Amino acid sequence: MKSALIQIDNLTKTYQGFKALDDFSVQIPQASIYGLLGPNGAGKTTLIRILNQIIYADNGTVLFNGHPLNAEDVSQIGYLPEERGLYRNMKIGEQLVYLATLKGMSVEQAKAQLNFWFEKFQIQSWIDKKVSGLSKGMAQKVQFISTVLHRPKLLILDEPFSGFDPVNAEVIKNEIIELKNNGTTVILSTHRMESVQELCDRICLIHQSKKILEGEVHDLQQQAKDRVYHIRLQINENRPALEEFISSCEAIFDVNFTGENKVDLKLNYADKDADAILKDLLSTSSLLHLEDQIPSVQELFVRNIKKHGN
Amino acid sequence: MNKLRLIIKREYLARIRNRSFIVMTFMSPMLFIVMLALILWLIQFNATSSDTKVWVLDESAQFEEVFSAQTLSNIELINQLTLDEALAEVAEKEVMGLLYIPKANSVEQSAEGAVMYSKSSFSIQMITPFELAIKSKLEEERLKNLGIDQGQFEEVTRSYSLKNQNYQGELNLKGINEIKAFMGGAFGYLLMMFIIIYGGLVMRSVIEEKSSRIIEVIVSSVKPIELMIGKIVGTTLAGLTQFMIWIGIAFVLFVLLFIGLGLGLDGLFEREQLTLGNDNEAFLQFSQQLEGYIQAVLQFPWESMAFFFMLFFILGYLIYSSLYAAIGAAVDQETDTQQFMFPIVLPLIFAMYIGFISVFDAPHGDIAVFFSIFPFTAPIVMLMRLPFGIGANLVEVWQLILSLILSFTTFLGILWLSAKIYSVGILMHGQKPSLKKIVRWIKS
Repeated sequence: MKSALIQIDNLTKTYQGFKALDDFSVQIPQASIYGLLGPNGAGKTTLIRILNQIIYADNGTVLFNGHPLNAEDVSQIGYLPEERGLYRNMKIGEQLVYLATLKGMSVEQAKAQLNFWFEKFQIQSWIDKKVSGLSKGMAQKVQFISTVLHRPKLLILDEPFSGFDPVNAEVIKNEIIELKNNGTTVILSTHRMESVQELCDRICLIHQSKKILEGEVHDLQQQAKDRVYHIRLQINENRPALEEFISSCEAIFDVNFTGENKVDLKLNYADKDADAILKDLLSTSSLLHLEDQIPSVQELFVRNIKKHGN
Repeated sequence: MNKLRLIIKREYLARIRNRSFIVMTFMSPMLFIVMLALILWLIQFNATSSDTKVWVLDESAQFEEVFSAQTLSNIELINQLTLDEALAEVAEKEVMGLLYIPKANSVEQSAEGAVMYSKSSFSIQMITPFELAIKSKLEEERLKNLGIDQGQFEEVTRSYSLKNQNYQGELNLKGINEIKAFMGGAFGYLLMMFIIIYGGLVMRSVIEEKSSRIIEVIVSSVKPIELMIGKIVGTTLAGLTQFMIWIGIAFVLFVLLFIGLGLGLDGLFEREQLTLGNDNEAFLQFSQQLEGYIQAVLQFPWESMAFFFMLFFILGYLIYSSLYAAIGAAVDQETDTQQFMFPIVLPLIFAMYIGFISVFDAPHGDIAVFFSIFPFTAPIVMLMRLPFGIGANLVEVWQLILSLILSFTTFLGILWLSAKIYSVGILMHGQKPSLKKIVRWIKS
């Protein structure tokens, strides 16, 4: 694992007797996209707000780039909250420069960055418009720019794709990937599992204020798969013998003969004879399809939440 | 600090550029002037309209002299009609009243029998000139009967006024206390209006950030208390700008009025002279008195007063505007603020009443002193007491200092409390605010 930009140890936060985060520890590696998943009310927003120093933890520590997180670090963090908005009656350019200067940027730098992004998105004509004159999708684009304008090391995005049409969602997705490739660390909190699958290097699943699953997406999927090949065969000869062989094998299940001498079956390859069985099968049949089923992030999510009880 | 400056600047510009702010700034003085002109015109209109015409039917023929000499322009003497005819005609012609004085053996009896007929009952203001006119004729008649000369009578009834000096032997002006109290009242009222108008603006600005949902982005960059202080200061500066513009406009208009009505002012003195009779001595006395008042007003300790005015004005405003900010943070929409408005406005109104009732009566009495020290009423009540002067037996220095310390401490306390409510409240959406909830926020 790359060195960690964020190291969270034993974080606890309680609201009037309700535990929003319970002994929560996690490391977020530099220049990666880190998925923060969990059902509503699991504690994601609490964690994000602690990272933004909007609220403070009761216990535990947060290290940012090796030192305890402090007020100076807000200039290194870009935050796109789920509940977001802009000043409706302020010109967009002015507003973005204001937000960037609040993050510690100089006006000149902010203006240069503003021009860079507006050119990139081909929206230079919006600079003197007011937000009240923009559509929701347009406003979301401006909001995204406001989050990255001050070139933060850490980007915290809470449902960044909501409000975007598929084309613009793709644009934003590519921007996120580009930012990551340029060294930005991204924390992505979303319920859109296909985005997580596509973007995230690592994920953390929070449930009832506790971490219940954490790791690299690929590893987690490999660990979680049920080790079963989904196989389809074309039976070439001696069907009765094959049928008999199949029914004698404990590693084979869910057998389904279909027309024209085809059969669908599942083979548990955790079985020690799996390779031999496969060889035997293929001696009288030819392989039409073989799939090692890897659970999607969606499945990981649902399975783990179910396992830990609702 | 740098962030605070940025916030103040944004808040200030956001207020100043707001269309309704600009309209308010330039329209209010216009509206005020239009209203004033309207009132003046209405008074003028009332005075000359035929509705106020009064017919006088003097059968005794004793009072013609006093009524024709009257400066009242709306009197018409009608001697050719009988009472019945006159009454019939009065109703038709929409004349306001008919004064009937019957013929009798003596002036006294005629006056006794006189009746003012009218469509509706007369106001005191309307009937007094007629009473005075009849009375003056009666006095003249009685003096004649008693054999007293008019000059002797005036000598007997010449007015007298007791001089009032302080222990140092300086002459006190009667009524100067009323002028001082009036000035204090005006400043207190100004502060109250300032609090209500600009405190409300602070509140709305907080609600706006909440409802546009930008608040979470902002507080990820700055501390809530910085944001709150920035809002209060920025809005206050915008308010002061508006006030300055108003004062500027008022000054320009005053100068214009002065130049334009230069003649009118002379007219005023002439009329003053007229009402006092052509008695030069009385007029001289009056103008001397007037000069004395002007002198006295100019001799106020303006510098120290201005300084303390500023201090109390700012402190009072800060105490209340941080409360307004907290309310703004606790609610989602402006309509939810109603329940919290009353507890805020109550002490302000209370302070004004205290001021008008007890400061006017006894500016340095126990009640006035107490409420000029009690922090929630202190700014207004102290502003009302200050024109009476600072010193022994006046606004004493210890009172000033205690009041300032208490007000400042209260301000810090309120600021702390408001910041607590603010920092929790700004992230709460879709919750109906209640005092219970707010107390919980403060505890958390």
